[in-house]
Amino acid sequence: MIEVKHISKTFRVSRRSAGFSEAFKALFHRQYECIKALDDISFTIEDGEMVGYIGPNGAGKSSTIKVLSGILTPDQGQCNIDGRVPWKNRIEHVRDIGVVFGQRSQLWWDVPVIDSFELLRDIYRIAARTYKDNLEELVTLLNLEDIIRTPARQLSLGQRMRCEIAASLLHSPKILFLDEPTIGLDAVSKLAVREFILQRNKTHKTTVILTTHDMQDIESLTKRIILIGKGKILMDGSLEEIRKQVETSGQNADELSIDEIVASLYHKYQIS
Amino acid sequence: MKHDKYKDNNLRQYLSFFRMRFIAGLQYRAAALSGISTQFAWGVLGLLLYKAFYETDPNAFPMTFQALASYLWLQQAFLSLFMAWILENEIFQTITSGGIAYELCRPIDLYGMWFVRSMANRLSKAVLRCMPILIFAAFLPSPYGIGLPPDPIAGLGFLLTLVLGFLVVVAFCMLVYISTFFTYSPTGIRMVAISVVEFLSGGVIPLPFLPDKLRWLVELLPFASMQNVPLRVYSGDISGMDILAKAGLQLFWVVALIWLGQSITRVALKRVVVQGG
Repeated sequence: MIEVKHISKTFRVSRRSAGFSEAFKALFHRQYECIKALDDISFTIEDGEMVGYIGPNGAGKSSTIKVLSGILTPDQGQCNIDGRVPWKNRIEHVRDIGVVFGQRSQLWWDVPVIDSFELLRDIYRIAARTYKDNLEELVTLLNLEDIIRTPARQLSLGQRMRCEIAASLLHSPKILFLDEPTIGLDAVSKLAVREFILQRNKTHKTTVILTTHDMQDIESLTKRIILIGKGKILMDGSLEEIRKQVETSGQNADELSIDEIVASLYHKYQIS
Repeated sequence: MKHDKYKDNNLRQYLSFFRMRFIAGLQYRAAALSGISTQFAWGVLGLLLYKAFYETDPNAFPMTFQALASYLWLQQAFLSLFMAWILENEIFQTITSGGIAYELCRPIDLYGMWFVRSMANRLSKAVLRCMPILIFAAFLPSPYGIGLPPDPIAGLGFLLTLVLGFLVVVAFCMLVYISTFFTYSPTGIRMVAISVVEFLSGGVIPLPFLPDKLRWLVELLPFASMQNVPLRVYSGDISGMDILAKAGLQLFWVVALIWLGQSITRVALKRVVVQGG
């Protein structure tokens, strides 16, 4: 179970106006602004749940994922995941979680993917038997037979993303964080990734937390949606509840695509 | 405690990581070839330069010419073990571009992981490059080539101090990597660190050539515990009990630098901000 209570995190950003004189002034006197990336965030996620975490760029989605995976230490608040505080018990905590950052790669660039997998096997100390079973399952479901013997640099984005997802599941984590896993993928790869995530959640009861800008991801994967904007949680509910919210503001939700619904939500909360 | 159960197994994680970096390093054959030719040229130029000095006044020379030739050739052969400028751009990029997010999602100590990685990177380079240079230098006529160490003790002492000196270099470079957590751009610290180390470790001129007053101080610094010690032990310039004393100082610096690096890493990770996205 994931319990997050009143988490806040502030970043300091240096700002100045354009131009030579401004740049010169900033040499001696730098002005900082504090940006509240996370502002009193609280939610609870049960085991086996699949949750979509949405919000415009810069809303705090990735920061939340980073706090939950133990990378970022918040300024305030508590977080308890299966009895552990992620940033305090980082090494124990990360054994049980899998993370995919859609915009980064965890595969070694110049060597075949399978070498990266074997390194992960040793780093997570996966038993030989478990590794073999997991690898077989992932290779079959994600269709990776030929791909894993290719160096990562020669894979297409879709192929690489499938490998990234496989890499994050080799150690059978109980919780899977997916940070924009379908970013930049073509239609076929997107569908394959979605189908796989659904299956994984069903068969292994893996808790999945997914951030995305692709509302079709949300529509096909999650029942529960958490909407975040300017560091605050604005809504926590099902897609139906979101439709209702939109209708109260005078629009007919049935006629709108899911993208339009979310866009009107962003407008309503003035976070876009 | 749950953690202890895993401790005895840590070695396998690190070995596997070492193997990975080592394999990846062996892929760059063209770089190795060009490195070898550069180092031949550099070695020959160095010899010619010192020969001119030596012919002018052999008495002003703190080492024999043969010892100096061995020093230069070993320096070229094991360049990748000792040169501070061999830093991994990938590690800097990991910190500045936010790739570190993945590294922090692994159940492994970050400092240890990068330490092993740097060792493997340097060793894979050295393996590809040292033999051609050593063989070439062995066939050069005396006193221009590389001679055998004066006695077996010097040979053993060389191996011991080589390993220790290598660890000092890696531990020092870890500090340069870690500093990136605080500065966002590694370039400045990198340039200063490289030039300081290059000079104070005996990379530009062997330390015995420095004036005595300055030398006394420089010899105590961690930089003198890098290539300076093994190269001079090999050529017999440092011998007998001095070898042990120098090795002791090297060990001290290994421990001190690793302790410092780990402490700074702990502080850095508490305030780490993963950049972008």
